[in-house]
Amino acid sequence: MKKIGIQQIIDHVAEMCIEANTHLSADMREGLLRARGSEESVNGKEILDTMLCNFEIAKTKNIPICQDTGMVVMFVTFGQDLTIEGGSLEEALQAGVAKGYQEGYLRKSVVADPFIRTNTGNNTPAVIHYQVVPGDRLKIKILPKGFGSENTSALKMLKPSDGMAGVKDFVLKTVETGSPNACAPIVVGVGVGGTMEKAALMAKEALGRPLGEHNRLDHIEALEDYLLEASNALGIGPMGLGGINTVLGVNVEVFPTHIAGLPVAVNISCYVNRHVEREL
Amino acid sequence: MAVIEIRTPLRKKERKKLKAGDHVRISGIIYTARDAAHQRMSLALEKGLPLPMDFTDEIIYYVGPCPAKPGEIIGSAGPTTSGRMDVYTPELLDQGLGGMIGKGNRSERVINSMISNDAVYFACVGGAGALLQDCIKSVEIIAYEDLGTEAIRKIEVEDFPAIVVIDTQGNNLYETERKKFINKLWI
Repeated sequence: MKKIGIQQIIDHVAEMCIEANTHLSADMREGLLRARGSEESVNGKEILDTMLCNFEIAKTKNIPICQDTGMVVMFVTFGQDLTIEGGSLEEALQAGVAKGYQEGYLRKSVVADPFIRTNTGNNTPAVIHYQVVPGDRLKIKILPKGFGSENTSALKMLKPSDGMAGVKDFVLKTVETGSPNACAPIVVGVGVGGTMEKAALMAKEALGRPLGEHNRLDHIEALEDYLLEASNALGIGPMGLGGINTVLGVNVEVFPTHIAGLPVAVNISCYVNRHVEREL
Repeated sequence: MAVIEIRTPLRKKERKKLKAGDHVRISGIIYTARDAAHQRMSLALEKGLPLPMDFTDEIIYYVGPCPAKPGEIIGSAGPTTSGRMDVYTPELLDQGLGGMIGKGNRSERVINSMISNDAVYFACVGGAGALLQDCIKSVEIIAYEDLGTEAIRKIEVEDFPAIVVIDTQGNNLYETERKKFINKLWI
């Protein structure tokens, strides 16, 4: 039986938190360069240039790309034949976040209670979602989520009769209202089906899918293409100051749902869309 | 594109010359404040207490910076979403505040208050925390130190890049620019 010690987990999580916040992923770089190439707005071009320049400074100085280093969301895939040694997995993951945010000089943005609002001081707790699978692998995906974009996200319980048209309308309205505040060009994660919380979870997970990768279902891939083109026709542009690049990608996930329902959740991410994945 | 150099404090006469769409470089002293600091200032005003400083002709930058690495004076320091400060902004404008730097649109109430107080709203590129950090030359916490990243800081900036997005007449770049790029075939 494969064994992993908690110190190894702590160290990996800490490194991943720092990496996600200081280095732009390859898929996002490609997407932004493509946007820069196609952008027609003068403001938009200058804004995209500033964004690209900022990535270089962050990389060189090894400092965060953005001061909002987020609340950490983690997707953990845990092989049922794996044993964790030296402590609990949950504690190790949280300790890794605390270590990464301390050692990386990342901003601590988490408050302990939504009403009393005292900072926890180490950016924990992270929001962790577990999936138990056959085998002995441990896969950790980290998405530090900034709230400029998180605040523009939305969920709606549509009726089955609303259908595809209702979903399109809700996603586009959410993009239209949210993208100027969410640091466009944004990435849009959409979850359709399941229950209320399943839709929200799929929308978040969809943000972690590499830009340019499509849903395998033909009708969902077509929906992704439609939403991308329609969003970019809104004219909102980089940072909301006009242009043809409002959205870099739309990732849609679907799940079986109830005969009476059509839940849809839209999770918005800024143009950095931080995501790092490792398998231990 | 022509860039206008401006220096703080920014007097009414200078503010009135700025037009939505102008690209500027700001130099001089500006003050940081975001959600929690605004809430405290609003409470102070409600109780008839003085604000931590006189905001006449000054600029507030909506930012909660990262901690400074050893050898640095501040960490990454890009703008946060201004809309969350909308509920508190008119009362600060009434106290003489001359300008704000942030990102994203403002409420109608804020825009009306800006017009009556001849104030200006600048946006800078969201997420460009590393690049904007480079423009900050000195940092001093002047109030609410217990708020950590949300404390009010007096910072000196040099050639801080921003765009006038809402001017003293209420012209709003978020509305005017978008119209030029809407693809009517889709909408």
